[in-house]
Amino acid sequence: MFAYIARRIVYVIPIVLSVALVCFLLVHITPGDPLVAVLPADASQELAAQMRTAYGFDRPLPVQFGLWIWRALHGDLGASIATGRPVLSEVLRAVGNTVTLAIAAALIGFTLGLLFGLIAGYFRDTWVDKVATSVAIAGVSVPHYWLGMVMVIIFSVQLNWLPAVGAGPGGSGSWGWDWEHMKYLILPAITTSVIPMGIVTRTVRALTGDILSQDFVEALRAKGLREWDVFKHVIKNAAPTALAVMGLQLGYMLGGSILIETVFSWPGSGLLLNSAIFQRDLPLLQGTILVLALFFVTLNLLVDIAQAAIDPRIKRG
Amino acid sequence: MSDTALQAAPITKARGYWATVGRRIVRDKVSMVCAFVLVLIFASALLAPWLGLADPYQGSMIRRLRHIGTPNYPLGTDELGRDMLARLIYGGRLSLIIGILPVIFAFVIGTSLGLVAGYVGGRLNTAIMRTIDVFYAFPSVLLAIAISGALGAGIVNSIVSLTIVFVPQITRVAESVTTGVRNMDFVEAARASGAGPFTIMRVHMLGNVLGPIFVYATGLISVSMILAAGLSFLGLGTKPPEPEWGLMLNTLRTAIYVNPWVAALPGVMIFAVSICFNLLSDGMRSAMDIRN
Repeated sequence: MFAYIARRIVYVIPIVLSVALVCFLLVHITPGDPLVAVLPADASQELAAQMRTAYGFDRPLPVQFGLWIWRALHGDLGASIATGRPVLSEVLRAVGNTVTLAIAAALIGFTLGLLFGLIAGYFRDTWVDKVATSVAIAGVSVPHYWLGMVMVIIFSVQLNWLPAVGAGPGGSGSWGWDWEHMKYLILPAITTSVIPMGIVTRTVRALTGDILSQDFVEALRAKGLREWDVFKHVIKNAAPTALAVMGLQLGYMLGGSILIETVFSWPGSGLLLNSAIFQRDLPLLQGTILVLALFFVTLNLLVDIAQAAIDPRIKRG
Repeated sequence: MSDTALQAAPITKARGYWATVGRRIVRDKVSMVCAFVLVLIFASALLAPWLGLADPYQGSMIRRLRHIGTPNYPLGTDELGRDMLARLIYGGRLSLIIGILPVIFAFVIGTSLGLVAGYVGGRLNTAIMRTIDVFYAFPSVLLAIAISGALGAGIVNSIVSLTIVFVPQITRVAESVTTGVRNMDFVEAARASGAGPFTIMRVHMLGNVLGPIFVYATGLISVSMILAAGLSFLGLGTKPPEPEWGLMLNTLRTAIYVNPWVAALPGVMIFAVSICFNLLSDGMRSAMDIRN
């Protein structure tokens, strides 16, 4: 098992480096000067040159990349052009809020997805299956930012039950696990949960159906096992794949939160990315994307390892 | 000797694979309803100028945010007093283009890459597939927004960024299907009879791998519609005053306290197109699965 983990980690290194390269190059596919956003329109040539040297944009690309990676390895992702604050601390604070949202959404989405998927797969082609499948297909097809708007319309505008935007009563500064803060989490979490709910339902339904049609299930029944015990075997066999899908979905929720966070003004990494894009704050853009992608890569690594740990069929040798 | 005896025995031609698949789709009610809805949306978007609709660009300060069901404005008016029905139908033009084009481009590029990687194998396969892996290290929404954000707002940029997001996914599917077909006997036979690699790929393999890739791509259109409209919603796609569903949602967001249901309408269109493509893709997949 340790050899397997070590090998997986070694595989990840080139991926991490390429991810860093992509993030780095993003700034350089940008049309125009990366400093355009910060320089005043009437800036002199000298000032522009000075700024370019200060940000290191005057050196050759490979040198810039080398320096950037070297600093990143030491936890320095540069300073935000707009605010002057260190990028890393800005990103990490925002990511904390995104993690809160993603975990709440995962709890809702995965619980419902597993439940619907197992029931639909077990009672295939009955009305229960049809209802669960319809809910799932709606979940994967709905533009979630629109669903967020509809939720706000119903629960904030019409019923006035829950707050429409923000992450807490006193602006969006500090998060706490009390009802005053939780109220703000409910709508964004439900909105975020519909896609993973749909995907987990569809995956688990297909898995359950496949497993139930296998010979060993017939053998278990012939042996006289009660239906509940057969069901336990189904769960055991579906677990590794279901786990992998859920891991991936958690990653998508963490990395793809920009639309939902924009709708609800949730102060997470997505909202930070949004402001970085529109203020053309390139170091912040670069840093946020790098941190989110590294989160995603790490999560995938953990899922691979967890899958190998619980599934003896995956070769670890 | 009677006449009937002279007649040749009726030839029963076995139905081909695609004919069978086609029949099964036509018999699937859900797929047909979805196809009908999609044809309706496509046709109305295409024929919009001849449908006798109001001018989708013509606003009026005195008739802003009328409710659904107002005389002359069946679906109300938007925040600048423009007719919602006209804008929703005209909006289909851009929304469908920016949602579907990336998948078509990615289908062509990804299938070519995957076919070559899967057929040639070896180092070329490693080079193509490892490059693809890098893009898998980004959640697709993040990648689309990162590229769009770096390139700047605009329709072309949004199509480019979504194409880049989908190419790796289609390449992976194409590569795995091709690898599965590569060592089959009929390919071996073609090779033995002296066919070159290009001929084998084009004549013998393409037809066998295209089906699954096509079904996968159809399913991607749903994601693409949501993402393309999402980019516009964020302000990274179409620019005002163009009617486009994502952008309309964005500009109507401020109106949810005044006229919430009109503000939600563009999302219904995105949802409808997305769910129809998803169901159609599911229908095709099960129709092509001859084992059932």
